[in-house]
Amino acid sequence: MSYEVVGITVLWTFLYGYLIVASVDFGAGFFSYYTKQRKKNHIIHNIIQRYLSPVWEVTNVFLVFFIIGIIGFFPDTAYYYGTALLVPGSVAIILLAIRGSYYAFATYGAKESKWYSFLYGATGLLIPASLTTVLTISEGGYVRIDNGNVQLLYGELFGSLYSWGVVILAVVSVLFISASFLTYYASRAKDTNALNLLRKYALIWSFPAITMGIVVFFLLNKRNPEHFQNMVELWWMFGISFLSFAIATYFIWKKRNYGTAFILVMIQYFTAFFGYGISHFPYLLYPYLTIYDGFTNETMATALIIAFIAGLLLLIPSLYLLMKLFLFDADYVEGKKSKVL
Amino acid sequence: MFEYDPVLYSRILTTLTLAFHVIFATLGVGIPLMIAIAEWMGIKRNDPHYTLMARRWARGFIVTVAVGVVTGTAIVLQLSLLWPNFMRAAGHTIGLPMFMETFAFFFEAIFLGIYLYTWDRFKSKMKHFLLVIPIVIGATASAFFITTVNSFMNAPQGFEIVDGVLTNVSPLAAMFNPATPTKISHVIITCYLTAAFILGAIAALNILKGKNHVYHKKALHLTMVTGAIFAIGTAVIGDLSGKYLHEYQPEKLAAAEWHFETESEAPLILGGILTEDNEVRFALEIPYALSILAGGSTDTVVTGLNDFPADELPPLWIHYMFDLMVFIGMYLALVSMIFVFFNWKKNWNAFSRPLLWAVFAGGPLSMLAIQSGWFFAEVGRQPWILNGIMTVSEAATTSQHVDIMLLVFIILYTVLGITCVVVLRRMFKNNSVEHELEERGIVHHSKQEAN
Ligand code: HDD
Ligand code: HEM
Ligand code: HEM
Repeated sequence: MSYEVVGITVLWTFLYGYLIVASVDFGAGFFSYYTKQRKKNHIIHNIIQRYLSPVWEVTNVFLVFFIIGIIGFFPDTAYYYGTALLVPGSVAIILLAIRGSYYAFATYGAKESKWYSFLYGATGLLIPASLTTVLTISEGGYVRIDNGNVQLLYGELFGSLYSWGVVILAVVSVLFISASFLTYYASRAKDTNALNLLRKYALIWSFPAITMGIVVFFLLNKRNPEHFQNMVELWWMFGISFLSFAIATYFIWKKRNYGTAFILVMIQYFTAFFGYGISHFPYLLYPYLTIYDGFTNETMATALIIAFIAGLLLLIPSLYLLMKLFLFDADYVEGKKSKVL
Repeated sequence: MFEYDPVLYSRILTTLTLAFHVIFATLGVGIPLMIAIAEWMGIKRNDPHYTLMARRWARGFIVTVAVGVVTGTAIVLQLSLLWPNFMRAAGHTIGLPMFMETFAFFFEAIFLGIYLYTWDRFKSKMKHFLLVIPIVIGATASAFFITTVNSFMNAPQGFEIVDGVLTNVSPLAAMFNPATPTKISHVIITCYLTAAFILGAIAALNILKGKNHVYHKKALHLTMVTGAIFAIGTAVIGDLSGKYLHEYQPEKLAAAEWHFETESEAPLILGGILTEDNEVRFALEIPYALSILAGGSTDTVVTGLNDFPADELPPLWIHYMFDLMVFIGMYLALVSMIFVFFNWKKNWNAFSRPLLWAVFAGGPLSMLAIQSGWFFAEVGRQPWILNGIMTVSEAATTSQHVDIMLLVFIILYTVLGITCVVVLRRMFKNNSVEHELEERGIVHHSKQEAN
């Protein structure tokens, strides 16, 4: 494998990691707000708090890692996307800032507030919507470059069916991923009421998630036929994705194997995400930028890869410890261990 | 009225974000060390007051970390959005430490999550203490890595430019450039210093308000002892930073000191104003001191401003920033040493109101020194973003709308800053030390003197 491919694979994997952990987090924020409105919050409040409190900061680091990584491996992306994304990027920053800080304020500031939980719920849906703009733009046709000046075509972006399709896909996926994880977590916590409610949410959002996936797939045909063609060639990956989805939903529906069901949901998104990514190859931005134009020098690439491996050796045991203490420790999950700060 | 200039707006927005971030970043680097020291003392002296101190500091810390994390995320995105050309060059040359910084964050974030939620989970207190070590290491490592990036901006090396193309890159040489040793050590130790003084200011304020529990005295004593050590270290390393400037960025030093003529036995100028024809008025002159700061001896020749091309000079107001920082440095060292000395002399009163007020003032002042230090260092590098290689205006975005973004971010930071203060106040007001001591059944120690 060339350095370029190693680099993009590492980054794509981290973006996938962010997709999963952030979806759980974003969706949880929305469910928490929604149930508050419907006065059902007491049912799932503990489950959400117990999972989220120790891990929220880790989620954010996934995103930072991806951004820094892409600038390290592909410095030219900073130039193209940086200039084009000033406004959407700033919107995403602001939403992330509001979400992160108000979560901490609400959780540790020792006061329940409707306003905080509204911010927390609303940003949970708006952030995925704004972040997906990047993927939309990468399909080409949304930026213009005249003599070195990169410009985002707002009319094109807001007027295109494809771009709205992607936004809706992102939002419903977030809700589906989140609900299926929380269903599993509630089942481990032996919290029947929470389980019933969350299971219902998972089933409700399963159908829109898969439908939007298919709809966006066909919208892409109009947007970027070349990419679409490449995706069709990788049909088997999307086949696996669909199959995983079907089995996962079946399990949740039949009230069994919630753990396996969540792993299948992860596989569903893994195959779809990598199918999308591989078929996008080698373009970072159609048709201006491929991974070969924008690549950093070889010395830097080697250094980054070495740093990456060393970093993983440090992180994997630490993440394992985190999961062991909070995800797989039955007493903690069931709320038997004090969680006083 | 004004013509839209993306460079100017980008500079203002970057300044705003960095100046806001660095408040929380400084605390984020410094406070974990203070927490670790307090928890350690609690175990070693078997004194639950120190353990509670660590616990309460950690609880406040998480709120400041949250703001640090979100503003840090904003910086990374903003650097790409506002300085695309700089980030492209940086990606090629100094991407390595930036990349490593994210691992430091990761490491810290994971253990912070564990640390906060495992206070009463282990039988052995030592086990819980061990969890704070990775947080201290992670926080300091992130300061280390990001500061190498800033050092690189001041003293770029480790690459060649052939026909406008960057080649022959050596990431390690870029990381360990001449500015790195002094810059890193000065930044890290001032983070520790500031954290000690902010926490000390809170303790002093509580005592001033009439709370006389020994807990507050112990907190004050702990922060002032550590503060004194860090303050002395800061001054020593600050002096070395001056010597670095003399060698590698003489224009910054000359601008900071309003030093126009190249000469030896140069005096240090404190305060004053500059007249139209560059004459220094009303300033305090310390003979030979600039030569000593620059080279360690009175006969060091210090290059003057007149010997540099006029269009490569930084603005001369950084003189005040430098003076402010140094003045505060001296003040902090003095106050903390007086406190420690008084407290050591058993029959002198270290808790007199004037001294407590002086300690309290040290909190905000230390943060002001951080700000003025950064303004001095960053504005002193103007007009360059990469010293001698790329100017600020070459690096900036050409994008429209930076002005609107500036407005939006001003609002965001105002709201965040205010809420952060409100939340912190409420957190500690609703749960006072005295109340918590009682709740946790910690007996009052009869010994009133903290030591
Ligand atoms: C509590 C904060 C604080 C205090 C008390 C001091 N400094 Fe400082 N100083 C900083 C906080 C700081 C800083 C914010 O950390 C800077 C800004 C950029 C940097 O590298 O560190 C800095 C930069 C900085 C520089 C410029 C380095 C460069 O641009 O590369 C010099 C020469 C000094 N300092 C010297 C001193 C001296 C002689 C002090 C006397 C006691 C002093 N500082 C106290
Ligand atoms: C020398 C000055 C700086 C210091 C000491 C510093 C240190 C810190 C600290 C302590 C945090 C809080 C994170 C935590 O506690 O987990 C933080 C957050 C962050 N900083 Fe800064 N920082 C500085 C400047 C910068 C700059 C210039 C950048 C951009 C390149 C940056 C990027 C970040 C990022 C991305 C985060 C959020 C990381 C996360 O998601 O956990 N920092 N920084
Ligand atoms: C956290 C500590 C830092 C603070 C408080 C800080 C502060 C500042 C300030 C006040 C300016 C404005 C100077 C001017 O406009 O005249 C500036 C410029 C800048 N700094 Fe720093 N800086 C810090 C560290 C860094 C680091 C580590 C980086 C690199 C990743 C960086 C990147 C920049 C950039 C890109 C500019 C814009 C160019 C300019 O206007 O000079 N800064 N910084």
